[in-house]
Amino acid sequence: MRVLAALSGGVDSAVAAARALEAGHDVVGVHMALSRNRDEFRSGSRGCCSIEDSNDARRAADKLGIPYYVWDLSDEFHDTVVKDFLSEYAAGRTPNPCVRCNEHIKFDTLLERAQALGFDAVATGHYARIEIREDGVRELHRAADPLKDQSYVLAVMGAEKLARSMFPLGTAASKADVRAEAAARGLGVSNKPDSYDICFVADGDTKGFLQRSLGERPGEIVDESGATVGSHDGAYAYTVGQRRGLGIGRPAADGAPRYVTDVDTQRNVVTVGPETLLSVSTLVGEEGVWLAPDVDASTPVRCEAQVRAHGHPAAGSVVREGDRLTVELDESMRGVAAGQSLVVYDGTRVLGQATIAKRDV
Amino acid sequence: MVPRLSGMTRHYLDHAATTPMLASAREAYVEELARVGNPSALHTSGRLARSVVEDARERMAAALGAHPTELIWTSGGTEADNLALKGLFWARHTADARRTRVVTTAIEHHAGLDPAHWLEAEHGAQAVVLPVDAEGLVSLAALREEVAAHFDQIALISVMWANNEVGAIQPLREIVNIATEHNIPVHADAVQAVGHVPVDFRASGLATMAVSAHKFGGPVGVGALVARRDLAITPLTHGGGQERKIRSGTLNAAGFHAASVAAQEAVETLDAEAERLGALQRQLIDRIRHTIPDARLSGPEPGPARLPGNVHFIFPGCAAEAMMFVLDSHGVEASNGSACSAGVAQASHVLIAMGRSERDAASTMRFSLGHTTTQDDIDALVAVLPEAVERARRVAGTFDSQVFG
Repeated sequence: MRVLAALSGGVDSAVAAARALEAGHDVVGVHMALSRNRDEFRSGSRGCCSIEDSNDARRAADKLGIPYYVWDLSDEFHDTVVKDFLSEYAAGRTPNPCVRCNEHIKFDTLLERAQALGFDAVATGHYARIEIREDGVRELHRAADPLKDQSYVLAVMGAEKLARSMFPLGTAASKADVRAEAAARGLGVSNKPDSYDICFVADGDTKGFLQRSLGERPGEIVDESGATVGSHDGAYAYTVGQRRGLGIGRPAADGAPRYVTDVDTQRNVVTVGPETLLSVSTLVGEEGVWLAPDVDASTPVRCEAQVRAHGHPAAGSVVREGDRLTVELDESMRGVAAGQSLVVYDGTRVLGQATIAKRDV
Repeated sequence: MVPRLSGMTRHYLDHAATTPMLASAREAYVEELARVGNPSALHTSGRLARSVVEDARERMAAALGAHPTELIWTSGGTEADNLALKGLFWARHTADARRTRVVTTAIEHHAGLDPAHWLEAEHGAQAVVLPVDAEGLVSLAALREEVAAHFDQIALISVMWANNEVGAIQPLREIVNIATEHNIPVHADAVQAVGHVPVDFRASGLATMAVSAHKFGGPVGVGALVARRDLAITPLTHGGGQERKIRSGTLNAAGFHAASVAAQEAVETLDAEAERLGALQRQLIDRIRHTIPDARLSGPEPGPARLPGNVHFIFPGCAAEAMMFVLDSHGVEASNGSACSAGVAQASHVLIAMGRSERDAASTMRFSLGHTTTQDDIDALVAVLPEAVERARRVAGTFDSQVFG
């Protein structure tokens, strides 16, 4: 197959490209430039966006002996991922930009462009497994290494695009193994630090980024009775379930910790309350995709639901109506915020994905 | 070690970026690399090395129509342009503080444009950027107006001899005439001109001229600023005082030697080569127009106003980076716009200055021909062009079925 390997400049994508090459594919490396004003050097915990990173990607391609190009996807990235991130927060929801990037950039713009240029598939350094069954159905599964598993952020790609995607690291036993493999292959990025945090937010200061982009909007923090208990610089910067950084001087009457229970950006009010108010037993997701054409969920199907990249899956039953997924949980869960990605699993297999809807308060 | 990417024949059509070294220059280079001796040392080895440098200076000067004393060796065209703009500005501004204006054009190479903007940001200069017409030729009316209004405030005028992107040869004769009335020095970036069109420094009336060896078959890392000896130029680098104290640094005897050998051969073969490349250029332009009817040539029609090796087209609706990708994967190597250090193609300031839209400026390809170009290279390009355009239009999401239907 003609395979386009997305090379971020990190160790995972470099080893993924090496494995695709070794599997006998005709591989071309592409680095996506996601910002017009890129830093010259890597700094902090970001690991994909500096010119140094694109040089690392180029060197990995040199080492593998594959062609290498840089594609400028900065406009697309800004118009989909960054703008969505800001507008979601501005609307009082909690977006996951990595999910949006996979949805709009890697498995949409990049994949479409690759196809237009005659490629059969895109390979990335994500940790997830694709299993092809005898009946031709492709299943997306958690990676062999549960600590690195990224099926949660990939589920959004839907069923069709699985057919044009490759995740060569899905079977890797651990990140340490991948690093060792990179070193054995002579890839200079074998010791490069892992990246975390949001790539377009410098220093990981999400609150500061939101404030600079959306402006300060001072307002009140109230408790469940409506009494003012504190103030904030902009309700958009708060997330349902958040406990830290509320800056409330006065403790609650019963001395129990208080959590954000609602963020209303229209009235610019943050509501706090006891943990019990955060509990939900039903998860409703909208604009969903279903990756299991062989599983009919028009009536409840047993599943596990996950709402955070590194969250624990919770058992329940899912019903699918159109692009809406509803999960009735066996035991209630807390800290569910609108905008989060809901991913439904059957064991290691991803069944579907949807975006948590705003709760009726 | 760079791995071999594939055994495919490469069709190199990017000579304006760099052209292969001429065999004569390569042999001269390797031979001189074996020599020891700092050309500034006084012992015999040093003296012999110095004589290589001075032979090269005479050979190079002769090829450029300059006096050997007028030739200041540099590390390349970028350094020569920086030396001319900053060195002339500082010297002329120090001599008369009213001279703050650095007059240049909107289509200069960044090596000419960025020093002007830097002087403005850091040294109290005022960068005056002259407009160009739709073919990329500088507006003489705008220059006349500028000189008439501000002649006593102009430190220098800097205009490229020939544009690197669209091949437009600038009306230097008229520019020098306008400037000379007021004794304003004119600098020309002649990097794309030397070895491709006749260049005679003495006859040009220029004050200074920048030259780069690897554009005419010499080595990378060697260039020169040709500067009239009556001009004061403030140095950029200070040290051993080589090159009339204007450009300190140990003299690169082997590099200068190879550059001068290349210059001599390029100038000797210029007429025949310009005719050969001009014929391939006209043929390529005709065939592109025939194959892709809506493709539009940028810059002047082939002839005296255009470099003989330059072919530059706008392919409407095409993502240029995708075109480059398809051509490259078929072994055809050409350039899409100017690449920044991260390898991201940016919309060309030259095309924008010529009045093209951002979209058109992002849909361009430059095919530049040179001494190794053959009919085979042209045929290979024309054969793969329809697929490149079709795929690039699909990438841009604006597939035009009328063209391929």
